[in-house]
Amino acid sequence: MSETKKTDEAKTDAAPVATDEREVLLKVEGLKKHFPIRKGVLQRQVGAVKAVDGIDFEVRKGETLGVVGESGCGKSTMGRVITRLQDPTGGSIHFEGQDITRLSTAGMRPLRRDIQMIFQDPYGSLNPRHTIGSIVSAPFRLQGVEPEGGVKKEVQRLLELVGLSPEHYNRYPHEFSGGQRQRIGIARALALKPKLVVADEPVSALDVSIQAQVVNLMDDLQSELGLTYVIIAHDLSVVRHVSDRIAVMYLGKIVELSDRTSLYEAPMHPYTKALMSAVPVPDPKRRGAKSERILLKGDVPSPISPPSGCRFHTRCWKATEICRTTEPALVELKPGQQVACHHPENFEDQAPQDTVLLTVAKEAAELVADEVLAESAATSAALKAEAASEETPASADAEDDRQESTDK
Amino acid sequence: MISYILRRTFAAVILLLVVTAVTFAIFFLLPRMAGQTADQLAQQYIGKSPTQADIAAVKQNLGLDQPLYLQYWHFIKGIVVGATYDLGPTTTHCNAPCFGYSFKNHVEVWPQLTSRLPVTLSLALGAAVMWLVSGVLIGVISALKPGSFFDRAFMGVALAGVSLPMFFTGNLALLLFTYQWPIFGRTYVPFTENPAQWANTLFPAWCSLALLYSAIYARLTRSGMLETMNEDFIRTARAKGLRERKVVARHGLRAALTPIITVFGMDLGLLLGGAVITESVFSLPGIGQYAVQGITDNDLPPILGVTLLAALFVVIANLLVDLLYAAADPRVRLS
Amino acid sequence: MTELSKTGAAVGEPTSSPESAPDAFLAVRDLKVHFPTDDGLVKSVDGLSFQVEKGKTLCIVGESGSGKSVTSLAIMGLHRLGARGKNVQMSGEIWLGGKELVNADPDEVRRLRGREMAMIFQDPLSAMHPYYTIGNQIVEAYRVHHDVNKKTARKRAIEMLDRVGIPEPDKRVDGYPHEFSGGMRQRAMIAMALVNNPELLIADEPTTALDVTVQAQILDLIRDLQKEFGSAVVLITHDLGVVAEIADDVLVMYGGRCVERGSVDDVFERPQHPYTWGLLGSMPRIDRETSDRLIPVKGQPPSLINVPSGCAFHPRCPYADIPKGDVTRTVRPELQPVGSGHFSACHLSPEDRTRIWTEEIAPKL
Repeated sequence: MSETKKTDEAKTDAAPVATDEREVLLKVEGLKKHFPIRKGVLQRQVGAVKAVDGIDFEVRKGETLGVVGESGCGKSTMGRVITRLQDPTGGSIHFEGQDITRLSTAGMRPLRRDIQMIFQDPYGSLNPRHTIGSIVSAPFRLQGVEPEGGVKKEVQRLLELVGLSPEHYNRYPHEFSGGQRQRIGIARALALKPKLVVADEPVSALDVSIQAQVVNLMDDLQSELGLTYVIIAHDLSVVRHVSDRIAVMYLGKIVELSDRTSLYEAPMHPYTKALMSAVPVPDPKRRGAKSERILLKGDVPSPISPPSGCRFHTRCWKATEICRTTEPALVELKPGQQVACHHPENFEDQAPQDTVLLTVAKEAAELVADEVLAESAATSAALKAEAASEETPASADAEDDRQESTDK
Repeated sequence: MISYILRRTFAAVILLLVVTAVTFAIFFLLPRMAGQTADQLAQQYIGKSPTQADIAAVKQNLGLDQPLYLQYWHFIKGIVVGATYDLGPTTTHCNAPCFGYSFKNHVEVWPQLTSRLPVTLSLALGAAVMWLVSGVLIGVISALKPGSFFDRAFMGVALAGVSLPMFFTGNLALLLFTYQWPIFGRTYVPFTENPAQWANTLFPAWCSLALLYSAIYARLTRSGMLETMNEDFIRTARAKGLRERKVVARHGLRAALTPIITVFGMDLGLLLGGAVITESVFSLPGIGQYAVQGITDNDLPPILGVTLLAALFVVIANLLVDLLYAAADPRVRLS
Repeated sequence: MTELSKTGAAVGEPTSSPESAPDAFLAVRDLKVHFPTDDGLVKSVDGLSFQVEKGKTLCIVGESGSGKSVTSLAIMGLHRLGARGKNVQMSGEIWLGGKELVNADPDEVRRLRGREMAMIFQDPLSAMHPYYTIGNQIVEAYRVHHDVNKKTARKRAIEMLDRVGIPEPDKRVDGYPHEFSGGMRQRAMIAMALVNNPELLIADEPTTALDVTVQAQILDLIRDLQKEFGSAVVLITHDLGVVAEIADDVLVMYGGRCVERGSVDDVFERPQHPYTWGLLGSMPRIDRETSDRLIPVKGQPPSLINVPSGCAFHPRCPYADIPKGDVTRTVRPELQPVGSGHFSACHLSPEDRTRIWTEEIAPKL
């Protein structure tokens, strides 16, 4: 498992740092977070929103793990659970080897110095009645820490660090723009020199030009302070830019966890592929090639009763019987690329014995361009069989004729 | 939906039990904690200069010599199955919803309450219609032209309406329109006897009460309407090409008025439990006046009865409000 | 309650073209929309001109506060309505199919709204009335402009829901907005906007609140429907990816004015304004491995009350000192043609711009 760090320091290293050699900072195993649904006179629990439903991953010191997925995939819940802002329903979380899964609020307090969170909404997460000084110095007060040279001096240093002026100390949040407020949030998160920063959509509320400023700032701070990031975002372009490794979530599960280059160049999970193909590219020349785009059928199913087997099988164009019945495990197919799929893209079929497409898969395939299908067929026995049965003896022209006659 | 109503009713019953327990504690536990003996307590239930036998009878009937939880149990049991009071020579049976028995006046509380309820009902409902119509109307007009002369004038009046206490506006209305210029009647006449006279007597009371409430409702409606008219869906309605009149009536009002249901239900529930000051000022023989009478006579059972009835009204109003709200706003699911 | 007061100011300005109806289907000329506030006059749109032909898509790009949403509301005549509407100062001309809207009778404009021009909004949840069913709201939109009974209108609503790809339209027509998913809601919103076959569709950030896979579906739908109905589309967005995807022409706004306008190829291949370069450089790209840092635009967006003198972009522009003298700080640059149908408002000489773009900017993107 090897991957390149994009910080300058790493780039000068001719040989990429092997991630295995880096110390594991955060280890998450079988993590679950269910929100109960209660009904009836006695408020019995009748079900649960399975926001996070069994995920495993590690975060190593100094790296950035990006977490992507669509709304409702559980990525934000995951962020709040690993920082212990919410209690997990199951599984375990280890931070620096210490089990923090069931730590009480008091037990977590010393760890709050090491684990910090940055939130999406730079408006909602700053108390409008407090000055910037008191917001950024709050962590010192709460932890009873007296920084060298006094609180005020340290806060002013932090403000400078995030690109604000030390004179802003006595101002109020409403005097700042969105980007500046996000800088304040970052300054507050960095006050206690945390080891792990979990950022939930840190730039999605910001304008593009400001977004770039904040992304660069986070990048600089990482190389300067040796921070470890978990960055949760829905924007795949941002995630590609900031992450070393990326986890793709769908309906409470990680479907693919891979280093950046492999993921963007050769995604293995069909969902990852569809997700990436949907991102509009700021290049009008690519418009002709839009047939690469994979349109997914319908909406994401409900996390209350997720589909059996592989959760993506209801929308996947490669789904076969095994996808419906057996849940694929997240396994490392290529070094540095873990995938939970029976019929991955860009890799050999994991269940070649299954050669019959599900009906839903055939419907889903209608929305997928032929080029993509051809590509997928190379790694899917079922798709190949399907394509063969369609093409039977008739030539392409004959098929067109048949199409026309049915149209009439 | 049915499960919701059942659950809410169950909760309401529990709530009522708590309310009675607290009321009961105030009347029976506190005096005891203050060092009153059962004899002294019993004495309060009888008129002046009671005989020792009277006191003993009351003490026994009310069970004042028993432990408190038993007393409470008897009280609750009385509400459900009725109670029998042995008054020395005679015995009185107090029928099923037995809200207590006034030893001072030798009457059961429940019939007293039911006979006074129509008065309070007339007062509350009449005033409610007035304040709802005027308050909402003023609020909407103000909200559509914020900052206009009309808006400023009415919000000024509304402020005055909220600030002026009932014993001022009520007495002033009484003085001017009943005594100075006797336009309105002075003694309450039941609706069943003479509807015109009924309305005639109640009118000043309605107006005084409505002035107070419509001021609150005008402000509520105004702020709700101002907020609603800034909503995105109003912009959508306009983008469809609807006339502004329709935008306001169909899209604005509907959303702005829904929260008012809640406030209205609560206010009405509270008023039904006795508009104490209004009834006193206008000498209306309603439930509030009955409570006042109980207080001045130091007659505990009526006070206890009124408190319980008032709590019942508030609880019922609350339940109705929730059901109405769910009917008005499809996003609210009763489950 | 329609208290639309016309601000007669600036009618028949000498600089604005004196001739009447333009050829283009939608033409905006020297549009100004100013809002008086306690802090001063907010010049949200300050002299904007553009045109869109039927069957074409114009994307207006800019950051929050650039005036792009205000422009769309101005075309619809929407912010002149309501309590604060009478304070809005609006001048210039908006021509839609040969009719001028800025100085037209408000009721005339109302009758065009929803029929000739329709709009879809960013957040379909808040843009739909929570208390009425989807069907009800579409029926209402149809019956404003068509004298038909409810049954016919309902049929039409179901037909539209079907057209925009909502499954089981005859059932979903009775659903409430909160019962729909985000993507389905936006589809319903589009059905509502298109129920009267409008010739102009304005979409204000139609996919910003949606997930990428849903965004792809919605953009596809808009494109298909445009092809089918041949309407003109004005799409407001901050996402250059969406622009590249769907636009024929692009208008870049900054501080209430247009800084660059041109065909989508012009703006992406040969951008002629430093702000456009800034936008392109700020965007992380999914289609390439970016080992380099992003190139952000320094500083903050301008205040619309105190728009910087001269070129509004000069405090953030890295090239503001190249033109000689104080020209960038004192003279407001006008839109100049820099190619066929390609305009830019910049003091840099064409040679400088070409050199900076090809040598400094393009290689880093």
